[in-house]
Formats: sequence, structure tokens, C-alpha cells
Amino acid sequence: MAKIKLATIWLCGCSGCHMSFLDLDEWLLELAEKVDVVYSPVASDVKEYPEDVDVCLVEGGVANEENLELIRIARERTKFLISFGDCAVTANVPALRNMLGGAEPVLKRCYLELGDANPQLPNFPGIVPELLDRVRPVHELVHVDLFMPGCPPPADRIQATIEPLLRGEKPVMEGREMIKFG
Amino acid sequence: MSVKTLTIDGVDVAIEEGATLLTAAKEAGVHIPTLCHLEGVTDVGACRLCLVEIEGINKLLPACVTEVSEGMKVHTNTETLQEYRRMVVEMLFSEGNHICAVCVVNGNCQLQDAAIEVGMDHTRFPYRFPQRDVDVSHDRFGLDHNRCILCTRCVRVCDEIEGAHVWDVAGRGPASRIISGLAQPWGEVEACTSCGKCVDACPTGSLFRKGSTVAEMEKDRGKVEFLVTAREEHKWTR
Repeated sequence: MAKIKLATIWLCGCSGCHMSFLDLDEWLLELAEKVDVVYSPVASDVKEYPEDVDVCLVEGGVANEENLELIRIARERTKFLISFGDCAVTANVPALRNMLGGAEPVLKRCYLELGDANPQLPNFPGIVPELLDRVRPVHELVHVDLFMPGCPPPADRIQATIEPLLRGEKPVMEGREMIKFG
Repeated sequence: MSVKTLTIDGVDVAIEEGATLLTAAKEAGVHIPTLCHLEGVTDVGACRLCLVEIEGINKLLPACVTEVSEGMKVHTNTETLQEYRRMVVEMLFSEGNHICAVCVVNGNCQLQDAAIEVGMDHTRFPYRFPQRDVDVSHDRFGLDHNRCILCTRCVRVCDEIEGAHVWDVAGRGPASRIISGLAQPWGEVEACTSCGKCVDACPTGSLFRKGSTVAEMEKDRGKVEFLVTAREEHKWTR
């Protein structure tokens, strides 16, 4: 049987979900026998999101133009997309800036009002992605097949979610062990 | 006092006239999820989590403020109810700014518990991200409007148990909010006895003790019930 093509992507999050993924420890070796990691910030050095991905774990909310582009490509090229962690599911901590009313007041506060020697707004088109006005959870922008909340989801919840998928079954997300936020 | 007989999820119940469906369900061993209900104070039907179906009545009614009547046939866990309960919790999450990861009661929160109970793994409604204040003018406690679900447990506890009536609800619709005194900073309200009953009554991290950090704070959920039993039945232990 061909190996399952697994991708993980990292949008606006702290990488805690990816760290939690690495906390799977020895089980990663078992996982590696069943999947090919075709794209991941922590497990591959591929720059371009590939075609025909089976499962993708998405960490982080959608906060800038680059996040938006990547999540659209990932959705297009992936069969089963999982919102991985609270930032992807609720927009979480990155969304604290949403209450301040758009990208502009946030940038001004950070880079001008609190700027020390040389206050200026970051502006490198094509290099520094533009902030969107709001950080948004992934499912507000593209269809999501499964939600795995948690900040971060602990390793055993990640394992309990992925294991049934490897057998072609959909995991049952019920009870405090599987769906707790925070 | 006359007794009413009814069925709840097929279980026969006989209970005194004037009892609520929530009490009757408890008697029958049927669990109905609640949020604004607090043992020891009056019910107001604010959260709509305890909605039930009653045969012959065309709308859903909150179990906590609906009185039993003779021959009632009540259903507490139909698919419609499960769907609406989940929607209620989703709306509570998307209406305010509930960021569990940075909340003092993360892991000890009754809104989180409700989400888990109704099987909510995300909310289908767009988040509002309202701009709301935090009041830390009180010496010992704080009020974070971002996490308030307007269950009014604090209002009822302060009025009915402590007798100080520090809290009220002001505004309408999305502008509704809890106020202290005459919409003053909490720390300036002379009527406040700093008893902390409101803090323990609060189901979320909205009312908190100063100095508590993320996921550190546990609330004494049984305090009000204990006080009421102590006063009414003179039982002083728990």
C-alpha cells in the first residue's frame, strides 16, 4: 500500500502545536513507517506545497497575505484538512489584536509609538507579507474536515486523532480528552 | 400541597406543585445541562442551555423557569435540543472574547465544560471580537467583561445571599454589560463587602481574584449552596 502523504503547515501561531507534535516521541517512528511527510516546517525542507496531499495539519490562524495564500493552496491540494490547535480553530491569542480595530492601529502602536531609535512601518512588498485587518480561524476562509482544539493539543490527543485516520477511519472528537480548548 | 405527575424522558415523576422542570428532572435522575442556574439563588432562564421539549407545546422552554404541570410529557435530549444547545454555546463563544489559553480559570471553567458536554469543537458563527473593558479597581478582585456571558449569577448572589446588591445589568442587546454600583468602578462602590461570593459564583474567568495566573484559579462552586443550607437548615458542615 502506498504511504499516506502527510503535510503540516504553520500559519499565525507560536509553533506550540508543532512542538506538541514532536512530543509524540517514539510514536513518530511508527508514524514514519505509514506516512510520507511531503511538506512541513519541522520535518521537511520542501518550499512548495505539493499536489495530492492526503492529510494536512494546519497550525495557526490566518493573519497575513502569505497565510491566506498558503491555506488556499493547501485546501486545493489536500483531501483531508485538520484545524490543528486553538489558533487554527478559534484564532486564539493572535486574534487579541482584532479588538484593537484593524491592522493599522496595531502596526502604529508597535512600530511607531513604541519604536525606539528609528520608528518606521515595515514595508518590503513581496518580502514582508501585509497584515490582514483581522486574524481569522481557518474554517472561516476554507472548508475544514476536522477540528482538533487545544493550546496546544497534547501529544496523546494528536496521536488519538491521527491513529484512526491511518486506518481510514474518522476519529471521534468527544469528551474532555478530545475537544478541550486552551 | 398538591402533587403533580409527569414524565421526563419516559421516566414517571411525582413532585410538588410549583417545582421547576429542572428540579423534577434532577429528582428523576435525568441530567439537563445548565449555565446560568446556580443552586441556592433564584432562576432567570438567561442562558437557554436547559431548553426542553414538551409535547403539545410548540416552542422550546427553559427547564429552570418552567413549572411542572399535571400529565406533562417532557423530552430533554432530542436531536433538535442537542443541535440548539450546541448553537447556544457556539454563540456564547463567538459573542465575547473567550481566549481560553490566557484565562485564569482555563480547565476549571463551566463554559468550557458546557462546550465539551454539547460536543462543540469549533463555532460556525463568525467571531465578533467586541471591544470591552477590564475593571481592576477593586483591591482584591477584577472584572473582565471580555469573558462575561451575562448569566447574572453574580447579580443574584450579591442581591439574594450577601444582600449588598452591588451588581446589575446595564444596556441592551450587544451593549449589555454587568455594572457595579451606579456604573462606577467596582473599587469605588461602598456597598461592596468584598465577600467574594460573586467571584465564586461566576462560571467563567470574568470575575477573578487578583494575582491568579493562567489556569491557576479554581472557584468554590458549592459555596452559595452551602450558605443557603446553613442558613435555612442550620447545617454548618460540608
